[in-house]
Amino acid sequence: MEAIVFFVCAALALVGAFGVVLARNPVHNALFLLLTLVTMAVFFLLQHAQLVAIIQVVVYASAIVVLFVFVITLLGVDEHESLDEPLPLQRPAAIVLGAVLLVQVIVLAGRHWVTGAASQRGALGSARSGNVQTLARSLFTTFLWAFELTAVLLVIAVVGGVVLARRGRQERRVPAVKPADSTATAPKETV
Amino acid sequence: MSHLLALDPLFQSGHVGFSVFLVVAVKVLVAFALLLVSVMLYIWGMRKWIADMQNRIGPNTAGPWGILQTLADGIKLFFKEQSIPDSADRVVFRLAPYLSIMPAFLLFCIIPIGGQVSIFGHQTFLQVADLPIGALWILAMSGLGVYGVMLAGWASGSKYPLLGSVRATGQLLSYEAAFSLGILGVLVRAGTLSTHDIVSQQRWVNWHSFVSQWYWLPAFVPFVIFLIAATAETNHPPFDLVEAEQELVGGFNTEYTGIRFAIFFLAEFMNVITMSAVATTLFLGGPSGPGLGFLSAGNALNTWLMPVFWFGLKVIALLFVTVWVRASMPRMRYDRLMALGWKYLIEIAILWVLVAAAIEVANVQNWNVWATVLIAFGSAALAYGVLYLAIPKPDEVVEEFR
Repeated sequence: MEAIVFFVCAALALVGAFGVVLARNPVHNALFLLLTLVTMAVFFLLQHAQLVAIIQVVVYASAIVVLFVFVITLLGVDEHESLDEPLPLQRPAAIVLGAVLLVQVIVLAGRHWVTGAASQRGALGSARSGNVQTLARSLFTTFLWAFELTAVLLVIAVVGGVVLARRGRQERRVPAVKPADSTATAPKETV
Repeated sequence: MSHLLALDPLFQSGHVGFSVFLVVAVKVLVAFALLLVSVMLYIWGMRKWIADMQNRIGPNTAGPWGILQTLADGIKLFFKEQSIPDSADRVVFRLAPYLSIMPAFLLFCIIPIGGQVSIFGHQTFLQVADLPIGALWILAMSGLGVYGVMLAGWASGSKYPLLGSVRATGQLLSYEAAFSLGILGVLVRAGTLSTHDIVSQQRWVNWHSFVSQWYWLPAFVPFVIFLIAATAETNHPPFDLVEAEQELVGGFNTEYTGIRFAIFFLAEFMNVITMSAVATTLFLGGPSGPGLGFLSAGNALNTWLMPVFWFGLKVIALLFVTVWVRASMPRMRYDRLMALGWKYLIEIAILWVLVAAAIEVANVQNWNVWATVLIAFGSAALAYGVLYLAIPKPDEVVEEFR
């Protein structure tokens, strides 16, 4: 049963991944990305990670990709985007790094590596509470410091985003205000 | 696979045989049929209620009291011609209605409509699935519901649907935050994400349970915020800017005809019913209510019928309030809508979550609850005051810049 679910979802995830790269229309790309993200959530479920699975859906599928699609539909991305790249070595570097990643996955999967053990399966915490409470406990006791630091980092990112957005708007307003003033004063000068 | 639904006693043996599969299949089918029939009845009831409020008669021809009017409309829409505009993106155009109806149904799956019952000799909960992460499932599904509206407007390839869908997306994303924080207000108190556990914490003990057990009173502020945000999430008046007829022709579904149009409407009304069911589950005790006193507690009427009856009654009461609001309130202006969501609901909800968390800690640590509440509100007011003084007002920003 689990094997069937895994292979069906793996096939769907691959279809989604290829679709993201190959589809011509930006909205279709985003929808293929959605497909991949949702099948990833199923993989997490198969690993008994219910919380991670649902967060995958809440954060990635229903927030981030929604924003992608929102921006694409709102701005109407030009389909004749230029393929000139500002960084010249971007494409070969991407190919090399992708190959390295692939080799890493093939070689290191199933090895005892950083954690000292192959990936473990099985429920984290009791079936009754799911793994939410186990995760919350370790997040707010053992890893509290890291958790708070991450929170501060996110707040800094948000503040930075607001600052950048506001500065951009004010700079655009400058030329819009000055010509209006000059045209308003211009007739008086001529008179 | 059974661990996905492990909370239901149905799966406790760990062995999923044919009869267990049959029970689950029956539950899914019954839930789907129930939802469809209740949408049909709700649309009829809404038209009748609004007609009463506006001194009209309302639908009265098809069936007794016009009760079959929705069915007649549905059949008519089924047989209508379906057209796709030339400028449309054909695949996404066809996909969008299903993307909007699937989350609406999946959300209903975790709602407990009754207690623990026995079907074919199997003990099970009267709900399709009791997920250990039930409350997050609500957020996930209501978030996915955005896609249907957004893609429908984009795929139509014409102006007004696109405007409607951009409005809709902005509105849904904005109220998602207030919606989640409203749910969080209950979760802090309940301490669990499973909908069955949340409901069983609000069980009926005696007549005082109405105020002492149900969460609507201890979590009154989240309750109000949840109702407002849920109305906005379902695009119901006074938040129906998505399909403002005067400005947008019909909003995101302008180009849709026939059964696809019907599916959008089905999804919208399904969402209203589901949100009422969620509010009932989280705040009004779900199926909890007094049983029939003259029968024993284990009687089939008390285990089967009464919980379902109380659940239905509460959902209908909330639906009536929705219709009442629909009939009384004019549509909101878009900037007011955004201001309400971002400047009031989210702030109040965050404040409430912090105070509720402080109260929970005070209970655990045996602190004085009133002192804790006072300090929590005091520090919140202090923080708000500091922020108010520190952040320049919009007009000051402009002056400084000039």
